[in-house]
Amino acid sequence: MFAASSLTEVFGGMGAAFSALHPDVRLTFNFGSSSALVAQIGQGAPADVYASADEKNMATLVDETGTLQTPAVFATNRLEIIVAPGNPLHISGLADLARPDLVFVTAGPAVPIGAYTAQAFALAGVVVTPRSLEENAKAIVSKVAVGEADAGIVFHTDALAAGPSVAGISIPAQFNVIARYPVAAVKGGGNSDTSAAFIAFILSDAGQLILRQFGFGVP
Amino acid sequence: MSAGEAGGGGGRPIRSGRRQPGRNRLPVPVLVLAVVAVGFFALPFLGLVWRAPWSTAWHVLSDPAVRTALWLSIETSLKATVLAAVFGIPLALLLARIDFPGRGLVRALCTLSMVLPPVVGGVALFFSFGRRGLFGQYLDRWFDVQLPFTTRGVVLAQTFVAMPFLVLTVEAAIRQLDPRYEEAARTLGGSRWYVLRRVTLPTVRPALVAGAVLAWARALGEFGATMTFAGNFPGTTQTMPLVTYLALETKPDEAIMLSLVMIVISFAVLVGLRDRWLGSGTHPVSSVSA
Repeated sequence: MFAASSLTEVFGGMGAAFSALHPDVRLTFNFGSSSALVAQIGQGAPADVYASADEKNMATLVDETGTLQTPAVFATNRLEIIVAPGNPLHISGLADLARPDLVFVTAGPAVPIGAYTAQAFALAGVVVTPRSLEENAKAIVSKVAVGEADAGIVFHTDALAAGPSVAGISIPAQFNVIARYPVAAVKGGGNSDTSAAFIAFILSDAGQLILRQFGFGVP
Repeated sequence: MSAGEAGGGGGRPIRSGRRQPGRNRLPVPVLVLAVVAVGFFALPFLGLVWRAPWSTAWHVLSDPAVRTALWLSIETSLKATVLAAVFGIPLALLLARIDFPGRGLVRALCTLSMVLPPVVGGVALFFSFGRRGLFGQYLDRWFDVQLPFTTRGVVLAQTFVAMPFLVLTVEAAIRQLDPRYEEAARTLGGSRWYVLRRVTLPTVRPALVAGAVLAWARALGEFGATMTFAGNFPGTTQTMPLVTYLALETKPDEAIMLSLVMIVISFAVLVGLRDRWLGSGTHPVSSVSA
């Protein structure tokens, strides 16, 4: 299972529930930025299932390696601003992130969270100069959690998973970007029956309930 | 040895018996294993050369983003090497010469960053030199100096992982030094500082150069601690290894060319310095007698 880093927690829960139904199956997960995972699969990394945080990287996989079925969108996510607990700098929206004294970090344009963040700023008409382009959403969370960055934008579920180490500030719907998560079995991967069973489980009512518990939206 | 002699022996008469019997012979199993080891290092490099899109070489090298990263890498790795030498040589002398309680512990502490996963090293730097770190909070409050997300932070991260290579190399050389040279110089009235400067350090010069080169190479290739502690932004903290790693996701061809650029630079320096400073056997006292 190659999955976007923002799926780390929920797929842990998903895997446990799936293993309870299929005790003979042992799932192994590899979490990373969606773009890094596509690159690894392209280089021959042994992946049976790929779950991406955006449709662009899934399209790259379909073009370069191929999938066994049309990718299915199984979850949605929305963006959220994260700041230090207690919001000491009184950040209330996207416009505050443009303050020159504020240390804001995001991810590179190839990483889904970086691209979505750029879209949100464009919608709000805000120009923000980031201090660093991190590798993935988790790296952004950790920079804010240790206090080196004042603010970042990550998925709602990342903010939730970080617990009390960061505070989340929601972004109004008109500026928010809804991320769609597609999943598919990778062509050339083994275990195609198990892959199909796992994908079916993610899309089932039980799977969708787990996703909602972890803060995801369902399509 | 023979390469150094051949290189420096322009007009000198050829010494007879240069190849002593048995000197160039190794037991066959040792030789086989050694050749396998060479192949182990050569193959990945050949793999890169084999896959490299040579037609795009110029395009990649003329990319301003790549040039920025290359210069940043050269600048930061050289600064890190200077810092590693300024603090590492005294540290090596302390560890080699002063028999104080807990010396083994101090040595282990100072070389910890060699075994620490670099990402963990980066996090440790956050908690010490970061804005909210043990020491960094005072840098921030009193001097308005921040290290994360700055070029200074890159140099700090590189120095942290590179200095042990210099310390260990230099310490080993100082330990092997024949103390009689220094004793003689002291007997002749040289001050401690004079003996250190004119006898000890010149004698271990090959180790100093080797240690500095190792430290520099480690600094140039530093990735994990830099990415974690200093972040990644073009022009300030995005060094060559970071550019290469990120390119691997989006432009794998470019990543291969970037890797080759780094390999060529490191290779040239390692080979060049070896012949110039290390290969020709510098006699311990030759520089003292001058």
